[in-house]
Amino acid sequence: MSGGKKDIDEVTGTDTTGHSWDGIKELNNPLPRWWLYTLYLCIIWAVGYSIMYPAWPMISKASAGVLGYSTRGEVAADIAKFEAANAEISAQLAAADLTTLSQNEELMRFATSAGGAVFRNNCSQCHGSGAAGAKGYPNLLDDDWLWGGDFENISYTIRHGIRNEEDFDARYSQMTAFDEILSNAEIDAVVQHVRALSNQDHDAALAAEGASVFMDNCAACHGDDAMGNRDLGAPDLTDAIWLYGGDAATLEQTVRYARFGVMPPWGERLTDAEVQAVAAYVHQLGGGE
Amino acid sequence: MGNYIKLAVLGVIMLFAAVAANWGRDAAYIVHAIIILLVAGFMFLRVLRQTDEPIRAQADGYMDDVVRAGVIATGFWGVVGFLVGVIIAFQLAFPALNFEFLQPFGNFGRLRPLHTSAVIFAFGGNALIMSSFYIVQRTSGARLWGGNLAWFVFWGYNLFIVLAATGYLLGATQSKEYAEPEWYIDIWLTIVWVAFLVVFLGTIFRRREKHIYVANWFLLSFIVTVAMLHIINNLSIPVSIWGSKSVQVFSGVQDAMTQWWYGHNAVGFFLTAGFLGMMYYFVPKQAGRPIYSYKLSIIHFWALIFLYIWAGPHHLHYTALPDWASTLGMVFSIVLWMPSWGGMINGLMTLQGAWDKLRTDPILRMMVISLAFYGMSTFEGPMMSIRAVNSLSHYTDWTIGHVHSGALGWNGMITFSALYFLTPRLWGRAQMHSMSAISWHFWLATIGIILYAASMWVTGIMEGLMWREVDANGFLVNSFADTVSAKFPMYVVRALGGVMYLSGAVIMVWNMWMTIRAGESQTAPVGVAAE
Repeated sequence: MSGGKKDIDEVTGTDTTGHSWDGIKELNNPLPRWWLYTLYLCIIWAVGYSIMYPAWPMISKASAGVLGYSTRGEVAADIAKFEAANAEISAQLAAADLTTLSQNEELMRFATSAGGAVFRNNCSQCHGSGAAGAKGYPNLLDDDWLWGGDFENISYTIRHGIRNEEDFDARYSQMTAFDEILSNAEIDAVVQHVRALSNQDHDAALAAEGASVFMDNCAACHGDDAMGNRDLGAPDLTDAIWLYGGDAATLEQTVRYARFGVMPPWGERLTDAEVQAVAAYVHQLGGGE
Repeated sequence: MGNYIKLAVLGVIMLFAAVAANWGRDAAYIVHAIIILLVAGFMFLRVLRQTDEPIRAQADGYMDDVVRAGVIATGFWGVVGFLVGVIIAFQLAFPALNFEFLQPFGNFGRLRPLHTSAVIFAFGGNALIMSSFYIVQRTSGARLWGGNLAWFVFWGYNLFIVLAATGYLLGATQSKEYAEPEWYIDIWLTIVWVAFLVVFLGTIFRRREKHIYVANWFLLSFIVTVAMLHIINNLSIPVSIWGSKSVQVFSGVQDAMTQWWYGHNAVGFFLTAGFLGMMYYFVPKQAGRPIYSYKLSIIHFWALIFLYIWAGPHHLHYTALPDWASTLGMVFSIVLWMPSWGGMINGLMTLQGAWDKLRTDPILRMMVISLAFYGMSTFEGPMMSIRAVNSLSHYTDWTIGHVHSGALGWNGMITFSALYFLTPRLWGRAQMHSMSAISWHFWLATIGIILYAASMWVTGIMEGLMWREVDANGFLVNSFADTVSAKFPMYVVRALGGVMYLSGAVIMVWNMWMTIRAGESQTAPVGVAAE
């Protein structure tokens, strides 16, 4: 710094602070006005906002704000608004006889839109957003039902679930694991027989051998005609729909080690109206009986 | 005598590490004990070889070897961090890339903190440490204080990075975002960070200039505040001294608030204040112009560091956090808007009288685009902190887009330009090996960021709108999986943006390599005070 003499920047004609670090100098420009006034505006707004809304912590609790706003209150009001609007029709749905639901157009529309939302939030994780299922999780769009596809049965399955330990009334059955019961040859034979039942490529000789194995071990649940048994959740083995897969390797795995698909009881989590709604939704997807 | 103490300390560390490797309860801890054993063993041999040898003459001039090492480390970690980022971006678009044979190490869940820590702490941290060592020497006209302590900071910090990164892959994490490393790594970083502070302050005390330059205010606030944040957010009790797992001292909403007080100020003081320190040195040097306004730098500095520290609660809108805290976080964030922009104004207006250089100087162009992204993300941030906006943006990819326009645009670009500034100077070359390669890097990075940010804005807002969409009866219209599948095209665009950004960085590293290979490191004499 040269003794109080002003150090003027040649390009801009502004004087500098006189400091220099490694050749870097600083101009003595004032704060840009627009910048300063915007800062002031933000501060004024901040003070105003913190008076209107809950903000300042005091000794025992914080200031509540002039508007009486709270985030929880906002959500509760939103939910209450829809619940009030839907109260009447929800009560109707909870009490409705599902078998005649489709005759009441307005109630049916409400039930499917409510049921769709319940389904997307609770069921789609396993059954898929479009309800087309996945390996081990049944497709709900077709008319092939393990435990029954009328309103009553769908609603019961949703409410109590399948093979879970939480609900005493859950649907229950257990396939036998034949790994140590049947010989390897018998397992190969019955697998070919099942492929024959469903009109897939198979070894005819083995399949014929497998017929007696099937009658002795499988027919009790899947039926003599292999068309399944809904009381036991035993699937129809003659169609082209497979929960785990109809190829020989998967069938062998199923025969050897069995399957034990579990579904939680939704009655514990959903309201009666929601169970009814989602039952109606699933029923109208395509395969309802 | 000093060497005998060092040998004794290293010997004790080796013994302890050997015991720890033997008794360790989990893979990460055992691997870390072995790494520490090897490092301590290497240091032991090194010290032993030097003991009772004649002491070499004290070097004079600026201590630039450690800055050179930092320049190389910054380039290296940058490429590593961007590469992992590209990998996880593709994993999000194509989940099948979570290959079975790579489990559990190559899972998205473990690679994601590896990416964030590699870019923030390894790339950004090395950039900050090396440039603060460079800047504080130049602007103080003094050699770094503390002799080899600066080397301890460099190697100690990079050891921290290696321990953190291997820990993530092996599954050791305290599950706090940007503070994942476990207790013993946190303790080590604390020691290194205090050494960093001591070197920095020691050099400031030695300065020949009466005043402290604004870059050093920012760098000092970065070092001090990060130490405070790091220590408080990592308060935890190890389950066992022979294992990596620890339990946080805070719990529930207190823990969440502490975490986001830390997390937000990691952005505020690591990625903003620290990098503003870099900006305040490299921009006026590259432009050859004085800083626009001394007054503005004072006011925006104090406003920025006073306001930033309160803004954390805006990360916890609509959670268990009480409304009053969330309101305060929001209003402080809004007031923070202008103080943040003070840095952008001061940087951009410094080009007054040098705008013509943008036509010919790709490095200056990078600095300008960096400041532009800084201004954009420090406007976007306060806007997203508004509760009503946040109810749409929170948990969506908009947040990811915001972070990356700041990180890739501001932090990345200013770091690249600093590397282009430093490499020729530190290795005695007139300029970088290839100026056109810098232009290529500039355009690849800029277009990459635009693809990244634009796709994340689109997908974030779309996702937010889908989540809240209800029908006439108030029932939700979309399932979560619906929103995920709708995002797919934007995820691919984002990953491609990342590929472009990574390619730019690879070109930069090649350019640095060619520059360094042809140059030779020189010792610069300590500058003299101005007049």
